[in-house]
Amino acid sequence: MKPFADLLERLLYTTGRNAKIALLADYFAHRPDPERGYALAAIAGALDFPGAKPAMLRELAAARTDPELFALSYDFVGDLAETIALLWPPARHEAPPGLPDLVAALRAASRAEIPALIEAWLDASDVSTRIALIKLITGGLRVGASLRLAKLALARHFAVEADEIEEVWHGLEPPYTALFDWLEGRAPRPAQGAAPVFRPPMLAHPIEAADLAALDWSAHRAEWKWDGIRVQLVSTQGGRRLYSRGAEDISAAFPEIVAAMDFHAVLDGELLVIRDGAVAPFADLQQRLNRKSVPAKLRAAHPVGVRLYDMLFEGETDLRALPFDARRARLEAWFARTAPARMDLSELIRFASADDLAALRAGARDAAIEGLMLKRADSPYLAGRPKGHWWKWKRDPLSLDCVLMYAQRGHGKRSSYYSDYTFGVWTAAGALVPVGKAYSGYTDAELHRLDRWIRAHTVASYGPVREVEKAIVLEVGFDAAQRSTRHKSGIALRFPRILRIRDDKPAEQADTLETALSLLPG
Amino acid sequence: MPPHPETWLHPRPEGLHCVPGDFFIDPTRAVDRAVITHGHADHARPGHRHVLASAETLAIMRVRMGESRAGAAQQAAAPGEIVRINGVGVSLVPAGHVLGSCQVVLDYEGSRAVVSGDYKRRRDPTCAPFAPVTCDVFVTEATFGLPVFRHPDAAAEIAKLLHCMSVFPARAHLVGAYGLGKAQRLIALLREAGYDSPIYLHGALQKLCDLYETLGVPLGDLRPATVADKDALKGAIVLAPPSAVADRWARRLDDPVIAVASGWMRVRQRAKASGVELPLVISDHADWDELLATVEDVAAPEIWVTHGAEAALLRQLSLLGRRGRALSLIGYGDEAEQE
Repeated sequence: MKPFADLLERLLYTTGRNAKIALLADYFAHRPDPERGYALAAIAGALDFPGAKPAMLRELAAARTDPELFALSYDFVGDLAETIALLWPPARHEAPPGLPDLVAALRAASRAEIPALIEAWLDASDVSTRIALIKLITGGLRVGASLRLAKLALARHFAVEADEIEEVWHGLEPPYTALFDWLEGRAPRPAQGAAPVFRPPMLAHPIEAADLAALDWSAHRAEWKWDGIRVQLVSTQGGRRLYSRGAEDISAAFPEIVAAMDFHAVLDGELLVIRDGAVAPFADLQQRLNRKSVPAKLRAAHPVGVRLYDMLFEGETDLRALPFDARRARLEAWFARTAPARMDLSELIRFASADDLAALRAGARDAAIEGLMLKRADSPYLAGRPKGHWWKWKRDPLSLDCVLMYAQRGHGKRSSYYSDYTFGVWTAAGALVPVGKAYSGYTDAELHRLDRWIRAHTVASYGPVREVEKAIVLEVGFDAAQRSTRHKSGIALRFPRILRIRDDKPAEQADTLETALSLLPG
Repeated sequence: MPPHPETWLHPRPEGLHCVPGDFFIDPTRAVDRAVITHGHADHARPGHRHVLASAETLAIMRVRMGESRAGAAQQAAAPGEIVRINGVGVSLVPAGHVLGSCQVVLDYEGSRAVVSGDYKRRRDPTCAPFAPVTCDVFVTEATFGLPVFRHPDAAAEIAKLLHCMSVFPARAHLVGAYGLGKAQRLIALLREAGYDSPIYLHGALQKLCDLYETLGVPLGDLRPATVADKDALKGAIVLAPPSAVADRWARRLDDPVIAVASGWMRVRQRAKASGVELPLVISDHADWDELLATVEDVAAPEIWVTHGAEAALLRQLSLLGRRGRALSLIGYGDEAEQE
């Protein structure tokens, strides 16, 4: 367990992608089977110990600490596993369990036996092993390295293509001995079969002014960029799956889409809530996300559909090497023939010049449109974010000058800094009303400055939330404004972020609610 | 019956005020008469008319703020000496925080309060160890007043740094360390661990290191990093104030390993947010266990907390059946944030 804990700690403090890959590769190269396989499973989120839950860890910690001290500590540290690991009494002599032993013991234990197991392990471990252990068994392992990075590390170390690993991946089970046997040349490549596996999607770069100026417009196609979630529909002899762009299987949350996948193909599209042909704001789709099952009522109130962008496989035929235009022609012909329910085609926007597109982009007021996509007509479908093929050309953000009202410590990377800001605008009666909350957009220097200022200008505390003097004006950027019944102001901002601190502006001169409401569509 | 210290020792906006003696301890703004526990900028402010402190603290103040601003009249109290001010006996006892740091022991009509300033209980080769004094009221800091703060052994953290240097022998190891106390303690610990190569300093650390040496703390071969040959810095230890580590100053180093020595490094996300590759948990403040051990050692029935994470310490005191009180003095801890 200790080598894995060390790996996690080093990954946490390493910022460079290549350095992370090197650390992972080093680990996979030197650790034995099945330990490295279980480590890979942990990174993949494929280890599930239903008998061990964060609440159980809390109870273990509570038995050894005062609840008030625990709460104060948790509020400061911002991470449950780390709080418990730090609060736990120091080990008298360290003898942490091995990763495979730990997995085996947890799987064999009854629910009632698990707390004693964990307690004994915590008693025998150092702080960083305790953190890794708690995160691992409660399934909250955020390792600072994605599964994709781990696969790239394997690919690099064992000299295979990352996509090859990706394609065999969904047919494998922890501790992945078949994978390591193949990578080390002891066995043939694992059969991919007809399993409905995920293929890494093709992603776009944001387009900068210099790219725009240099673009050969006649060689590009344009589509609207819709504000939903990017999905991959995979339907094969072996089954049907709906994947998010991060390879997460979200089939269970959208059964009506899976039911409509009455074909054999792999498609790329945008999942949207669509009512009478009109795309609803992202907030509507949010109601449907992160669910293991979905009640019929919600399904009826928030009907979903997929706007199709691309086709990766038609039947068994891999189309990814074809140019965009050819894939699009196949997609259109297939769509006309198949007419799948709950799906439509993303419209190709006709344009004669760059100015046409710029005007369309500027004029798009639909809250569900984020901007434009520009795709090279001859681009193959490439995994990842290849440069110079697909561009996203987002709308300019809207902005409001708002007054900072409340601040809260962040969790994760920002824990122990006041990094979550609630801000408001002035009503006609001269009161401030909150319009949103943002926790990004600022520089580290601005964060440190705001953190310091907030600590010195707190007027009241409500648990973890500090109310501050109404003196700082923040320029807040956002993609769209939506009507909201949840907020007193009647408005909700999409993707709000702090653009800058307006030191030049006194709080009384911040924007009014009237101005904010004028940004609502329609 | 002796008067309870709360009748003669008051928190005021300027700081803690001894009423019968009419002096302040570590006032945060210029006053007529000040007693200073140690030389950190949030405790030792410029411009007081009369300053009482240890000889080392006065020397540090003179170096940091200049002769004229370190107090119009400066009075050094020798160890064990009792200075009488309007019927209040004032004596200074080592606090173990940095060189010259002292607790202020106040005796008034048979009642005793100890104002500890900042302190630690770990061994520190650069200063005298904390000496517990039995009292009626003990005034403590609580910078690390949360049970999650349990500082590891400093020697083990130094070993971590030396091990990292053997793994990356061609990279400079840039260690962020506060200029008064932390930097000199790191150097002394490195020397104790057998590291006798030159250690390179950011210009802001030079004067205080010189002063430490003058005051009898040997630090070995120290050289300015600013004028050093670039190649000499490869594989060397470079010390700089934490603010310089993330600044343009550090660009003179080629791909350095960024380390920071601070008690805050205990919390991972906090360490990570400061851009550190090698966190070293070395602190000049008492950790949770030390705070509680000290409360026991001084046997005070009542504990006042000046600054830091007082809520948790007060809670623990109530669990122990001690009376605790938050003074919430404003202005301390700015330096401790980067300690």
